[in-house]
Amino acid sequence: MLTISGLTKRYGSKNAVGDLALTNVDLTVPKGQLMALIGPSGAGKSTLIRCVNRLVEPTEGRIALDGVAVTGTGATALRRARRRMGMIFQEYALIERLTVMENVLSGRLGYVSFFAAWARRFPRADVAEAFRLLDRVGMRGMEDKRADELSGGQRQRVGICRALIQNPALLLVDEPTASLDPKTSRQIMRLLVELCAERNLAAIVNIHDVALAQMFVPRIVGLRAGRVVFDGPPEGLTPETLTAIYGEEDWTATIRALEDDDG
Amino acid sequence: MGDSVSWSPPPLIRNPWLRYGLYIGAAIYLSLALGTLHLNWARLAQGLDRGWAFISAFAHPDIAKHGREIFEGFVESLTMTAVATAAGVAISLPVGLGAARNLVPMPVYLLCRGIIAVSRTFPEIIVAILFVKMFGFGPLAGVATLAFATIGFMSKLLAEDIEDIDASQVEAIRATGAGPFQVLNYAVQPQVMARFIGLSVYRLDINFRESAVIGIVGAGGIGATLNTSFERYEFDTAASILLMIIGIVMVTEYASSLVRGRLR
Repeated sequence: MLTISGLTKRYGSKNAVGDLALTNVDLTVPKGQLMALIGPSGAGKSTLIRCVNRLVEPTEGRIALDGVAVTGTGATALRRARRRMGMIFQEYALIERLTVMENVLSGRLGYVSFFAAWARRFPRADVAEAFRLLDRVGMRGMEDKRADELSGGQRQRVGICRALIQNPALLLVDEPTASLDPKTSRQIMRLLVELCAERNLAAIVNIHDVALAQMFVPRIVGLRAGRVVFDGPPEGLTPETLTAIYGEEDWTATIRALEDDDG
Repeated sequence: MGDSVSWSPPPLIRNPWLRYGLYIGAAIYLSLALGTLHLNWARLAQGLDRGWAFISAFAHPDIAKHGREIFEGFVESLTMTAVATAAGVAISLPVGLGAARNLVPMPVYLLCRGIIAVSRTFPEIIVAILFVKMFGFGPLAGVATLAFATIGFMSKLLAEDIEDIDASQVEAIRATGAGPFQVLNYAVQPQVMARFIGLSVYRLDINFRESAVIGIVGAGGIGATLNTSFERYEFDTAASILLMIIGIVMVTEYASSLVRGRLR
């Protein structure tokens, strides 16, 4: 279970006048729960998930995963905490010039020594798991391709494998579908949902596409200007709540789209 | 269709007074500067003869007369080039890493940028003269000079490449729990390695050309042989050396472009 309490992030100066990206956010994500984080651009979605694995250093607040503190620890403890959190990126963030296999195995870097990683001598169990994962996401036989030879959907599948081979308790997913076409987006979201269910994984998914979030995710948290303004099931997203998250707009089409998909 | 609309691009300097003023000023400066040259036409005519003797020597280059010296000069130059490039590239790796603002804290950055600035400030020929004073005549001074120049060149370009890498790849590797050296090996190295190898081969090619120049001030290699032949007015020997330098430079240039074309 992930617990976030009193999380505040202020960019720029250390005194009170800096830009507040997050203000006093409290969230708990129980084991196995898939949570979507929605909100307008600049609401702090990306900052929030980067605070969880401290790619962005929180200004205040405490974060713990399964009771182990992530904040206020030294470099070694932080790396240990990061091993328990897989991260998936909008632009995939694969190492373009490395092979698919090297990209997947890089998810084990927190577990192996520098020289083993440098010589690409990963434990047999890791390699076997990498093959299993590639098979699971439909990338069998692609292990020796270079990442820059892949299509967007294939890259995101490799990104998912890299996150899963960490054997994480939590996935941090930053706009997984924003660079993909609608069909591939749905396939990737479905794959994520299935994999989280198979492994009883918790996940925080930043997502722009409200309809896609409603379609796949049982819990939605709305962020506006760094504060949580909505937390509930997809059915709770009414024109009023969407206005509270994004501001005034005609929301009927968005909600009708969801009902059409259901019917 | 009768109305004739004309358009011309706006001039670089909009104010016409300033524009024509600059043109006239430049013309006046140029004519005054030419006036200070004090061309001595008699001396020029005399020198033309010697120049012609040198050029006509290219029609009958002579390797045989000082064949051994030429051979030893080239072997020395190529050895200097190889040793200096290897040493310079090896040293430029840590300096270049330290000069990349996105990797290191400020003091390390400033130190490494300082090393680069010193190395790039002085032209090879000045550095060669200094090292010849320090180590005496010969190839050691040449190797030191070329290695010194290589450090500035390679470190600066490496650092700039690292500063341009895709930060999200670094973020992704850090997010796996990787340590700093693993991040370097997995996220930074793959992004800059191809260009770094290409630049090293390019620098090898530059160093060979430079080794011919710095030999003239006493830093060994074929440049020293060339300088000796000039001092003895043996233009046929000098011509043969120059032709061979041109040949070797063309071969190394072609080889290095071939290597760089293969990398991606």
